[in-house]
Amino acid sequence: MQLESRAPTGPLAEKWDRCKMEMKLVNPANKRKYHVLVVGTGLAGGSCAASLAELGYNVSVFCYQDSPRRAHSIAAQGGINAAKNYRNDGDSVERLFLDTIKGGDYRSREANVYRLAQVSRNIIDQCVAQGVPFAREYGGQLDNRSFGGAQVSRTFYCRGQTGQQLLLGAYSSLNRQIAQGRVKSHPRHEMLDLVMVNGVARGIIVRDMVTGQIERHSGDAVVLATGGYGPVFYLSTNAKGCNVTATFRAYRRGALFANPCFTQIHPTCIPVTGDYQSKLTLMSESLRNDGRIWVPKTPADKRRPDAIPEGERDYFLERKYPSYGNLAPRDISSRAAKEACDAGLGVGDGGRGVYLDFADAIRRLGEPTIRERYGNLFEMYEHITGENPYKVPMRIYPAVHYCMGGLWVDYRLMSNIPGLFVLGEANFSDHGANRLGASALMQGLADGYFVAPYTITDYLAGVKPGAGTDLPEFAEAEAKVGGIMKRLQDARGKTSAQVFHRELGKMVWDECGMARSRASLEKLLRAIPDIRERFWKDVSVPATAGGMNQGLEYAGRVADLIDFAEVLATDALTREESCGAHFREEYQTEDGEAARNDAEYSFVSAWQNGGEGNAPVLHREHLKYEFVKPSVRSYK
Amino acid sequence: MKLHLKVWRQAGPQDAGRFENHTVEGVTPDMSFLEMLDVLNNKLLAQGKPTIAFDHDCREGICGSCSMMINGRAHGPTRGTTCQTYMRNFTDGQTVVIEPWRARAFPVMCDLVVDRSAFDRIQQAGGYVSVNTGGAPDGNCLPVPKDNAEKAMDAAQCIGCGACVAACKNASAMLFVAAKVSHLGLLPQGQPERSRRVLAMVAKMDEEGFGNCTNQYECEAVCPKAISADFIARMNRDQIGSTLIPAE
Repeated sequence: MQLESRAPTGPLAEKWDRCKMEMKLVNPANKRKYHVLVVGTGLAGGSCAASLAELGYNVSVFCYQDSPRRAHSIAAQGGINAAKNYRNDGDSVERLFLDTIKGGDYRSREANVYRLAQVSRNIIDQCVAQGVPFAREYGGQLDNRSFGGAQVSRTFYCRGQTGQQLLLGAYSSLNRQIAQGRVKSHPRHEMLDLVMVNGVARGIIVRDMVTGQIERHSGDAVVLATGGYGPVFYLSTNAKGCNVTATFRAYRRGALFANPCFTQIHPTCIPVTGDYQSKLTLMSESLRNDGRIWVPKTPADKRRPDAIPEGERDYFLERKYPSYGNLAPRDISSRAAKEACDAGLGVGDGGRGVYLDFADAIRRLGEPTIRERYGNLFEMYEHITGENPYKVPMRIYPAVHYCMGGLWVDYRLMSNIPGLFVLGEANFSDHGANRLGASALMQGLADGYFVAPYTITDYLAGVKPGAGTDLPEFAEAEAKVGGIMKRLQDARGKTSAQVFHRELGKMVWDECGMARSRASLEKLLRAIPDIRERFWKDVSVPATAGGMNQGLEYAGRVADLIDFAEVLATDALTREESCGAHFREEYQTEDGEAARNDAEYSFVSAWQNGGEGNAPVLHREHLKYEFVKPSVRSYK
Repeated sequence: MKLHLKVWRQAGPQDAGRFENHTVEGVTPDMSFLEMLDVLNNKLLAQGKPTIAFDHDCREGICGSCSMMINGRAHGPTRGTTCQTYMRNFTDGQTVVIEPWRARAFPVMCDLVVDRSAFDRIQQAGGYVSVNTGGAPDGNCLPVPKDNAEKAMDAAQCIGCGACVAACKNASAMLFVAAKVSHLGLLPQGQPERSRRVLAMVAKMDEEGFGNCTNQYECEAVCPKAISADFIARMNRDQIGSTLIPAE
């Protein structure tokens, strides 16, 4: 399969404008004849649905939550990047582009990343116009903070709840369109299959999670904005409902899954405490602006942190990466914490933790300033751990947080299936092998507000509207979905899906987490078929009197995660280099840094479903660097 | 720790519902309340009994999905959401009563799950600034005094969980609506539609069957984000002003 990025030729700065000029338009009177299905209502899906409806299209949105406002974008804390240069510190579109492409360890497409940096400025303007209450200076101007992987301050924020406020902005625009009748909202609906007619995406099969009814919906284009696959690790910072089902079932229908092995481990999360634990909680990376990360210099030092003198502490990020210090990128900071704990220097029960200490910042700035900057995060920490971080250093440890990989899309965010668009974390497009902090919100909104409305219009201009659901393809997909659910219910086993999920996740984390090797990945690939076999024999799905069956929903998601884990491990095994978040133990430099191999691996791995019982098939999109020369990523 | 639970079970909206008794053993102080229920659900599953349905998602106190009345208090004994309630706040041998939100405007769908779509409809009635994507002026064109921005943020951080309604003897949604109205009303972007917004949202709130405010401040006491009841006064002022002197 030839993968065409469809990125326009010509100078980098002119590509997006050139593309916009090349794309076709739909006349306003014809727009209302088209119907677009948008799955997922986070920043990408919510902003795309609202923007399409404003243009005049009919839109249906679907989310598994009880309201579009609850999509997991809401949990993003720290901020959103934009190349505004309000600080006069040398920021520019080029600088944001360079930081992002370097942060991604040269595994993303130049044209996409440049466009992202360009539209970042419009995003802030748009959100301000909607009434997003960004932090302000006393003069009334927008405030900024710093984030990892950048030496300029370009992050806009709303206390520690930036994702929430941006999502409520998109949700308010969506509400306006719902009120005007151009968007039909379907909360508590879960997408279970993609329907293709003559090789083109033409609809979806969903389950009404309240009545249990299976429904058919047809559209002239389908947009998936369904987030990442973090729950393949079981414990992650994702919401409990997050899952891979929508994108994975599209993969089963032929959509390519790109770079699944690029999974981001966030350095600042609250450490694991017990087996019953259902999720991990992130502490925003913005805390690294003022917090200093350290471990005791002697292994198994059981003294209270304030009893350990300055000289017996190792501020390991400041020591190893003096120019970026505590603001080194996420992959590098996470690995450094793991190394410290592997060396027996970890703190807290179980020794899987490092200190994030605010004592110096409190001395320098005073407690009120720290409270104003991070008050809600400190409260959250205290709620969970019972410790007061104003007095005792936080204990943190890396946790799975974000997926750079996702469905393969071209420059226009369309997958290899015509009419299937993929936005936000669900696609693979902009972050390469590692995402910088405060860039997920930027990408979600860039895709939804400023890219997809143009590119979907271009696609629709070439499509005859109106197909309907009375087609054999819909009947086939519906029967297939029904079959999966029947098989789950007929298993009548004794073990809850959670037990299998936890077992899978632990194994994926141990063998394919912060570090991977050929041996660990081969072990993982041998173990997955066994979990799958036991799952289908012994899974227990509750019987319910009404239509609502949360256990059935969950079991279906776990089944997909088990199958998806194979694609993830296969990708990690095939990529015989270390880059960004993908650290293969065999490929490292003498001082333990990632050894990238541009000569052989400067490509996007796009996996095609090989069919029942067959391994996935690899397709490569070679990355061409015309404007940036990939260099060794150094933050020293 | 060992806990005795009395949990509300209701198969569907038409079912009468009843309390069911369960005992959970091996509860540890670091467990969250929802993790304790996960343990119970796994036990029920192993016994082939229907598991307890409840809304939850982010489990970090921001999505606003979780919604349980615990021993008569919305979200339980500590300030914060149900998911951020930890078992260290309970004692060994304690009896814990778990109910869904109780309000006419929030009908029970199944066990502890209620239908909060009325909140969405109130926001659809006017909880937005009418601005289309594209063409917004530079973000710094419109200075916003820091104090106003902070106050708007105090209101905007509402997570829409509905604890305010559940705690109120009148099942009033005044704190929720006031937070929404005030967030935009405090910012310059919200001024052109300020009157229309407050009138439409309050009318919708009444239509959905929420009660009125009788100044008991139960809402403020249980709000996970500690949103101040002062915003209710602000909304009332806005509404009266808009009724007397229509701005548009």
